[in-house]
Amino acid sequence: MTPAFTRIRSARRAIITLLLAAAVYEAAARSGYFAPALLPTIPTIATTLFGMLADGTMLWHAGYTLYRVLFGFALSIVVGLPLGIMMARFQPVERFLLPLVSALMPIPSFALVPLFMLWFGIGNLTTIMIVFYAATFPVLFNTWTGVRSVNPLWLRAAGAMGADEHRLFWKVIIPGASPFIITGLRQAFLRCWIAVVGAEMIAASDWGLGWVIFDAKEFLNADIMMASLAVIGGIGFVFERLVFGSLERATVMRWGMMRMAKG
Amino acid sequence: MPHIEVRDVSLAYDTPSGRVQGVDGVSFDIDQSEFLCLVGPSGCGKSTLLNIIAGFLAPTGGEIRIGGARVTGHGMDRGVVFQDFAQLFPWRTALGNVMFGLEMKGVGKEEREKIALNQLKLVKLEKFVRSYPHHLSGGMQQRVAIARALAYNPAVLLMDEPFAALDALTRDDMQRLLADVWRETRKTVVYVTHNVAEAVYLADRVVVMTPHPGRVKSEVAISLARPRDPLSIEFLEYQKQLLHQLGQAAA
Repeated sequence: MTPAFTRIRSARRAIITLLLAAAVYEAAARSGYFAPALLPTIPTIATTLFGMLADGTMLWHAGYTLYRVLFGFALSIVVGLPLGIMMARFQPVERFLLPLVSALMPIPSFALVPLFMLWFGIGNLTTIMIVFYAATFPVLFNTWTGVRSVNPLWLRAAGAMGADEHRLFWKVIIPGASPFIITGLRQAFLRCWIAVVGAEMIAASDWGLGWVIFDAKEFLNADIMMASLAVIGGIGFVFERLVFGSLERATVMRWGMMRMAKG
Repeated sequence: MPHIEVRDVSLAYDTPSGRVQGVDGVSFDIDQSEFLCLVGPSGCGKSTLLNIIAGFLAPTGGEIRIGGARVTGHGMDRGVVFQDFAQLFPWRTALGNVMFGLEMKGVGKEEREKIALNQLKLVKLEKFVRSYPHHLSGGMQQRVAIARALAYNPAVLLMDEPFAALDALTRDDMQRLLADVWRETRKTVVYVTHNVAEAVYLADRVVVMTPHPGRVKSEVAISLARPRDPLSIEFLEYQKQLLHQLGQAAA
């Protein structure tokens, strides 16, 4: 089977799943058991969504949110990746950082929003820092695990072929740890989305998908909430499937280091 | 002067049940371009000894000299092939794997591609240069590993049961191929195996080791013309002789 054909089929399956879920929702919304203001029908949500897209407000909201997510995500890679590698390579670093990681990791990023607001004020900085906090640990943890699980035989073989520390690192350890690193990035990005919406509800003003949702409750605008949720889901889906999916296909799947599920 | 000198080499290590003498006072020489097999039951220290020659392990006593120079660590004068297929880098194609050592050596891109292609041709894999290891069979992967170990032109090839995990038919093919490769490259080879027929087929000389502690029991020179016929009377005689030595070792 050609990869293109497989991809078309997997896209078709994804659409079927989404259509089915939408049909169930629509049936519930039209059943008459719920107030239309609380459970708007899909056409209503779609109208609201297109209206907000047409006048540009939704694009601005999504743009702000995306900016905060990508900024925080990038920061978490810049910090988490080297720290994870250093933890796995140098025991003193591991001994020093591991208790800190273990203590900080379980704190929900949402619980830090009020504190960060005091420190960084209302707006971009707080939300970016919350995203950064939420994403750093999955990146760091998976990198740490990945580097430690690099097959020692690769290191031995590379050493026998004259690889020095520097090239061992770039040409063996990084690609060898890549299945874990990619998984870490994936988890981190998901956490970014969860964190940004929560942070925006409290710590953002005027712009951002989280803020729109929170603001809409004042006016009982469930359709705006739903429209914003659809945008969040849509962007998340695009990143998950296109960005991380392609990254996996181009690397670890092509190398046979990670396989697709059978059947 | 012999190419490799193994001088009174010992390696002891601690286990929960006490100190174990993995290799105990082993000495022998290996000549330039000689194919030497280390044979013995598991636990006789043959793989440990190979790892000491490779420089991955430091002996607790004695020394290894290669070309007169004392071994203090791994070096590019030795190529190593392991038993495990997973030794190849999965993120590199067959060609990329074979080029690795040349890359480390600082050979230019065009030159190293040319050398690597030739090496893959030597192990009859010219059709699979762009394949990733996971698309290759176990036997092919081990051929890539041999090509990879030879590519940067080490004087010594160290092999640790490279065909032990292959099926019998593939193993026979691989032994023939290795005999051809050795005839063409004339490397000094140290080859660890527990398979007596394999040793008689490949080796100029077989060193028989016994376990607990790991010592050299005897040395048997195989003076059969190549290519060898595994079904000839003489071949079977050598096999019997080695099995006899090993049988005594077990008793």
